[in-house]
Amino acid sequence: MQYWAIQTLNSLALGGLLFLLAAGFSLIFGLMRIANLTHGALFMLGAYIGVSVMRQWPNLWFAALAAGAAVAIFGGLLERFILRQIGGNVLGQVLVTLGVSFIIADACLLTWGGDPIPIPTPPLLQMPVRIGSFIFPAYRLAVVGIAVVVAIALYLLMERTRLGAMIRAGVDDPQMASAVGIPVSRLFSTVFCLGAALAGAGGVIGGPILSAYPGLDADMLPLALIVVILGGAGSLLGAFVGAFITGFVYTFGVALLPDLAYVILFLPMILVIAFRPRGLFGKFAA
Amino acid sequence: MSFTRRRFIQAAGAAATAAAFPAAAQAEPIRLGLVTVKTGPLASGGIDMERALTQYLKERNDTLAGRKVELLVADGGGVPAQTRTKIQELVERDRIHLMIGPLDTASALAADDYIRQAQLLTLSVAAAEDMTQRKPNPWFTRGTSTSSQSAMPLADYAAKQLKYKRMAVIADDIAYGHEMCAGFMRVFEDAGGKVVQRMFPPLTVPDYGTYLAQLKTNIDSIFLGFAGSNGFRFLRQMNEYGLIKKMAPIGGMTALDEAVLRNMGDEALGIITSCWYSAEIDNPINQKFASSFRSQWKYDPGFYAAATYTEAAVLEATLNQIKGRVEDKPAFMKAVRSVKVDSCRGPVSFDQYGNVVGNVYIRRVVRKEGRLVNSVIHTYPNVSQFWTYKPEEFLKNPVYSRDWPPAKNLES
Repeated sequence: MQYWAIQTLNSLALGGLLFLLAAGFSLIFGLMRIANLTHGALFMLGAYIGVSVMRQWPNLWFAALAAGAAVAIFGGLLERFILRQIGGNVLGQVLVTLGVSFIIADACLLTWGGDPIPIPTPPLLQMPVRIGSFIFPAYRLAVVGIAVVVAIALYLLMERTRLGAMIRAGVDDPQMASAVGIPVSRLFSTVFCLGAALAGAGGVIGGPILSAYPGLDADMLPLALIVVILGGAGSLLGAFVGAFITGFVYTFGVALLPDLAYVILFLPMILVIAFRPRGLFGKFAA
Repeated sequence: MSFTRRRFIQAAGAAATAAAFPAAAQAEPIRLGLVTVKTGPLASGGIDMERALTQYLKERNDTLAGRKVELLVADGGGVPAQTRTKIQELVERDRIHLMIGPLDTASALAADDYIRQAQLLTLSVAAAEDMTQRKPNPWFTRGTSTSSQSAMPLADYAAKQLKYKRMAVIADDIAYGHEMCAGFMRVFEDAGGKVVQRMFPPLTVPDYGTYLAQLKTNIDSIFLGFAGSNGFRFLRQMNEYGLIKKMAPIGGMTALDEAVLRNMGDEALGIITSCWYSAEIDNPINQKFASSFRSQWKYDPGFYAAATYTEAAVLEATLNQIKGRVEDKPAFMKAVRSVKVDSCRGPVSFDQYGNVVGNVYIRRVVRKEGRLVNSVIHTYPNVSQFWTYKPEEFLKNPVYSRDWPPAKNLES
């Protein structure tokens, strides 16, 4: 009983982390129709910037905001000066994002070195929570909470603001959106910045669990892809549900069928691609 | 043998050259290739390999056995295909005489047939067991250890000194992890212990939470067979779940390397690991090496730095024995199998398969002068890759793997 409770909490915690990772990826994918393969690298860059910020000001929340802002600026520059130059060439854009992710990865290696660097857990959340005779890390519960708060904030942004309405219009039908006077190009920049900011801040929030290390980018990118293909590109609800499904499938799958550890993550994705190519809540086929 | 005119001219020419330029062969520098990793996830260790080797050569004024040494460094990126290409480039374009490297097992295996074909003298740090066991490569020498060479003494220590009876093992799901766990399990169970749980998480597992929740609580300890940053992440998460206080984990040679230790906190204190090296080994060569490495780079040398520093010492001793004539490959290989050399890791010699026989140290993490170090608490002298088993019998068994030796005592 207690074992199941712990594994459920583990699933929720992993799901929360995956939502923070995948939300921005989904937004960019949905609006711009490109799989932004720098997303894992932006997540890692955020984690490393968080490391540096926390050396000066040891506050995780501040570090997350700072890293989010810094990565947003980087993302904005990337969109404006590189991706825009080859606008319309979707395949080219995807390849460029892959190339930029390699550059980011080696720049991080050069700047922060090759050793894993821990990101400390906020002191208030270092106390583990006691559940029966087992203890569960409080910080992981906090991550679930953060994911829910971010999800609500994004929901309000998308459903209740003018910007959100424009983004939704762009996701549904980019041609029509620009025909009725929505500045789609400016929208692209805004969404790219927002997606990058979510990745950067997510890297810091995930830091106390994952640490910052070379290879974090490559570990994270496939997870973002899985979540978004499962949930459907461009759908916030899809990213949210996809993240938690992935969290549960992974945690319980690995525990119950350890020999399937490698495929377990991809099974739900394959089923979705086979029977519902646009994903659970997607607007178009990814 | 008929003595043709051509042969006569060849012989005369060779004699004349030798007489006119007695040091002709010596004048040319020895071209030493270092195949390491300077980009990607393995870069931390790879950069240390270059730093330590450069330091060794600098301390000897870039001269070994009277010949200048020219170092050529190639970055294989930890990618087997790329590493193989780089090695080929070093051999065919830069015409290196010998190679130190590659760093990782997969790359060493990928280069295996090329090393044979090019007859490339190789001093490696990669741990793949069979390269010096059932399929020994005649040009391959390893001065560090096989995967299980350091794990088997730890199993002995755990059973006999720590008196552990029931243990779990966990390692990366790669050959290195399997080999280490298999060696550990065999020796631990031969000494009367039981491995009751075994887990192999994928190398790039995002989070160990689900594995930690499965970990049995009625065991004495868990053996960690991780490499790179995984041991670091596992221990931090183990601490998060409050498990380190319940059972003290013990670890293999790459679980708590000096490179990882310098970023860890008090959660690492007291953890016991085994390795063929520690920056804390108390011998004059190591004291000099570790202190000058530390003063230059501000951190302790670990597994990879010590690896190339040891290989360089083996190289120098071998070259001294054959008077620097590295061109004579069979003579080099014969000499390198018979050298005895004092190195930073202690005395080193080789078995007939080209693998090192040397000390293995049991180490405990303590705080010293403000930093965490692996202090040596016990030494197993002159450990071979076969531990205390007879080589012939050892080699009759299949290579250590997920399936061999069979795990008899796992409890579900």
